[in-house]
Amino acid sequence: MSDPIIEIKQMNKWFGNFHVLRDINLTVEQGEKTVICGPSGSGKSTLIRCINRLEQHQEGSIRVEGVVLDDSSKGLEEIRSNVGMVFQQFNLFPHLTVLENCVLAPIWVSKMAKAEAEELARKYLERVRIPDQADKYPGQLSGGQQQRVAIARTLCMNPRVVLFDEPTSALDPEMIKEVLDVMVELAHDGMTMLCVTHEMGFARKVADRVIFMDEGEIVEENNPQDFFSNPQNDRTKLFLSQVLQH
Amino acid sequence: MSSATHWTPKPPRPAPVHTVGVRGWIRTNLFATPSDTLLTLVAMAVLYLTIDTLVHWAYIDATFSGANRDACLKAVQGACWPFVDAKLGQFIYGRYPELERWRVDLVFASGVIGLIPLLIPAAPFKRANVIYLLGFFPVFAFIMLTGGRFGLEPVETTDWGGLLVTLVVAITGIVASLPLGILLALGRRSQMPIVRSLCIGFIEIFRGVPLITVLFMASVMLPLFLPDGVNFDKLMRCLIGVALFSSAYMAEVVRGGLQAIPKGQYEAAAALGLGYWKSMRLIILPQALKLVIPGIVNTFIGLFKDTTLVLIVGLFDLLGIVQFHFTDASWATPETHITGYAFAAFVFWVFCFAMSRYSIFMENRLSTERD
Amino acid sequence: MSRRDVVLQFLMLVLLGLGLSWLVSNVTGNLERQNIASGFGFLNERAGFGISQTLIEYTEDDTYQRVLIIGLLNTLLVSVIGIVLASVLGFVIGVARLSSNWLISKIAMVYIEIFRNVPLLLQIMFWYFGVLRNLPSPRRAIEIGDSAFLSNRGIVLPGFTMLEGAGWYVAALAISLTAWFVMRRRAHKKFLTTGTPQSYWRVLALGAGTMFAIAYAMAGFPFAADVPALRGFNFRGGVNIIPEFAALLLALSLYTAAFISEIVRSGIVSVGQGQREAAAALGLSNNTTLRLVIIPQAMRVIIPPLTSQYLNLTKNSSLAVAIAYPDIVSVFAGTTLTQIGQAVEIIFITMMVYLSLSLLTSWAMNSYNKRIALVGQNA
Repeated sequence: MSDPIIEIKQMNKWFGNFHVLRDINLTVEQGEKTVICGPSGSGKSTLIRCINRLEQHQEGSIRVEGVVLDDSSKGLEEIRSNVGMVFQQFNLFPHLTVLENCVLAPIWVSKMAKAEAEELARKYLERVRIPDQADKYPGQLSGGQQQRVAIARTLCMNPRVVLFDEPTSALDPEMIKEVLDVMVELAHDGMTMLCVTHEMGFARKVADRVIFMDEGEIVEENNPQDFFSNPQNDRTKLFLSQVLQH
Repeated sequence: MSSATHWTPKPPRPAPVHTVGVRGWIRTNLFATPSDTLLTLVAMAVLYLTIDTLVHWAYIDATFSGANRDACLKAVQGACWPFVDAKLGQFIYGRYPELERWRVDLVFASGVIGLIPLLIPAAPFKRANVIYLLGFFPVFAFIMLTGGRFGLEPVETTDWGGLLVTLVVAITGIVASLPLGILLALGRRSQMPIVRSLCIGFIEIFRGVPLITVLFMASVMLPLFLPDGVNFDKLMRCLIGVALFSSAYMAEVVRGGLQAIPKGQYEAAAALGLGYWKSMRLIILPQALKLVIPGIVNTFIGLFKDTTLVLIVGLFDLLGIVQFHFTDASWATPETHITGYAFAAFVFWVFCFAMSRYSIFMENRLSTERD
Repeated sequence: MSRRDVVLQFLMLVLLGLGLSWLVSNVTGNLERQNIASGFGFLNERAGFGISQTLIEYTEDDTYQRVLIIGLLNTLLVSVIGIVLASVLGFVIGVARLSSNWLISKIAMVYIEIFRNVPLLLQIMFWYFGVLRNLPSPRRAIEIGDSAFLSNRGIVLPGFTMLEGAGWYVAALAISLTAWFVMRRRAHKKFLTTGTPQSYWRVLALGAGTMFAIAYAMAGFPFAADVPALRGFNFRGGVNIIPEFAALLLALSLYTAAFISEIVRSGIVSVGQGQREAAAALGLSNNTTLRLVIIPQAMRVIIPPLTSQYLNLTKNSSLAVAIAYPDIVSVFAGTTLTQIGQAVEIIFITMMVYLSLSLLTSWAMNSYNKRIALVGQNA
């Protein structure tokens, strides 16, 4: 077996004096699909934002493909280009067309030729099922379409792992499915995924492992089967009863 | 289902000491990276030099008392504050007769009394307050300042000067430009093409030219437009120029507010059977004006600073009178100019800064009300 | 439009017409009584006064029309240089205001709060009467380096005069600049098709070097230094910047920079944190993010208010009249008006000049805005 893609050891993070992440240990292997859930304010978004250093941790270590993340890391941009991220608010670049959004990083980071990058972008746009919107601007698309473009944009960098930060939370209910379908397909294609989401159906369907967080700690982790039917912990139980009752 | 264990969260630990507190703050805000450190050191050096120079000039090397220039002529020269002290009466009232200055004070006090409760959003009786300030106060101020009635000694406007003229020009401009600006803004959004084009023409012309040309027009051209024998005094002509000029700017601010009111409000007002003027007065304008209070205050700040331009057409506002007293040979020192300008700048700054803080305060208040 | 509206508007027109004709009759009556001529004939008369700064040739024998052009050019000169300086300073202060360095950010804030809350006219007079006119006389001028002097007559800088053959150097410079532009474009194109960054500096430096070598071979060194020297009561030679210009330029730039920095700041802030994070997550470097993501979006927010600041600066340059810098208001609506007395025509022409500048700018602005407007409802 190869090195784990992500390896977090005894990681702690504070916002000012507020202790947001407490002694986090987490390892993500190649091809593994992990779902992180928990109440809001439990630190789950902060955790995955630490993985591509959008947030900086103060104690412990994070390794991405064996490279330690700290102040001195020279190749931060390279690490980031290998770690894709899909945001809750899509964060597409509104002044660029869908195609331009997708080819930006391949051209400027991977130094790919423009024609080649466009071909790649069109391939991924087809994969997220919006090949015909390439020349539109993000503002002309629905939320669901925008999120799928954001996924395509990330895939264009051929990332080794994709982090999803509540990708469906900002979407209208009828658009959630179209985004989840794309994510399920991605999972079936073998992509390594780390998803912060409240979509428990998605977790059941594709996750290898579900992690429950509260108060900045990992409270419980298990395979989805056991996690949902047999939670080990009263806090997990309470949470599940709240999110699964409808 | 098996029985679950009870989970207790780990107690939070305090953050590593180098990241919080004074030490953490200094590290992240001043010395985060080597280039940051360099920047901080350079900034500190520049700051030290600036403050050191200022303190020396304004305090350590400055002269604080004396009857004429002799006191200020020293080897190392700083500010010549006795100049300001000796001329303070002139700077505030101009040549307004000393025995009558209480009238100016009274007008000033009654204005402040009306203004303060108006500026405090929570203060009651807003309507009565506005009527007092826009109805009673201008008449009262006019009678008190010009005199000639009720046994008051008449005082020609040519004798007015200093802060008095600055405030008269600013306040008249403010009071006149608001209603004019509202009318122009409504006219610009009118369905009637002739009204609309007249308003657009007026607004764009006045916004397209510098105030100084408007003041020239008011002081040189206006007398030509009036029938023979009819004339206003110079102050009045400037007031007209300033009011027309600022009403064009005010109109654009108000228009912004009118555009921000959702169409539903207009439709709701029409559905209630309200006519144009009623729906404007009762529904639309109160909302629109409230939205643009920050913009209105910013226009006032601009207007207040622009009052200095009247010195170019020969009125003695605060800056004009300070400039005028530089010619007084008994106070001629190398530092007189800078001292005078520093004093005038400080007075203008206090007014403008206070207004801009108020505008920010209202902006924050409005944005929290909207959420 | 209802019938009432039509009648109302008709009445307004009639009233306006009556009002205008009343004004016109007043004006003609007043002009006759005061023996003031009317019409634009005066433009061809001899001006008979000197002007302290002229960009094109001018003598007292030239006409008022020439005076108008001189004034306009002086207005444009101080405005254009002022706009450049204010923009540079404004951008620096705006970025400094957003610095994570607390001290830098606070210094920028203090600058902004001081300069924008003190009347511009006061600042102009401060720099002119308080500082520049307070400097020692030319005989005791402050020396900067060896050949620049600061005195109450202005700033004198060393210049150079081009002798015969300097054209070779001008040509070399022009060719090198053109080559730079062409090569930059080609390199960018090639980068997009191949994906490898293109370096063209070496070729460019070699080419430009050759060009200047040829110029030297053909013409030698055809320049003569023009160092200012004290002759009697003033300096001769060099480039003289009159104190009126320096004071006006300084005040306009410092004042407008305070406003521009606030525009720049809010423009950059308007580009959400999410955009920066998305760019970072894609692996874009700070520079690339700034160039391709932040600046293009911020400029959309910055440019409209920035243009109106440029217009304000141009209009504010009319305060020149207070310190007698020979701008259009000063020499035309000032001196010319005093000599001729035809207030209506002169004020009309002056206002028209400013109005045309404003309308031209807003027209250009509007078409630019249409071109860059963000497409779509969520943008």
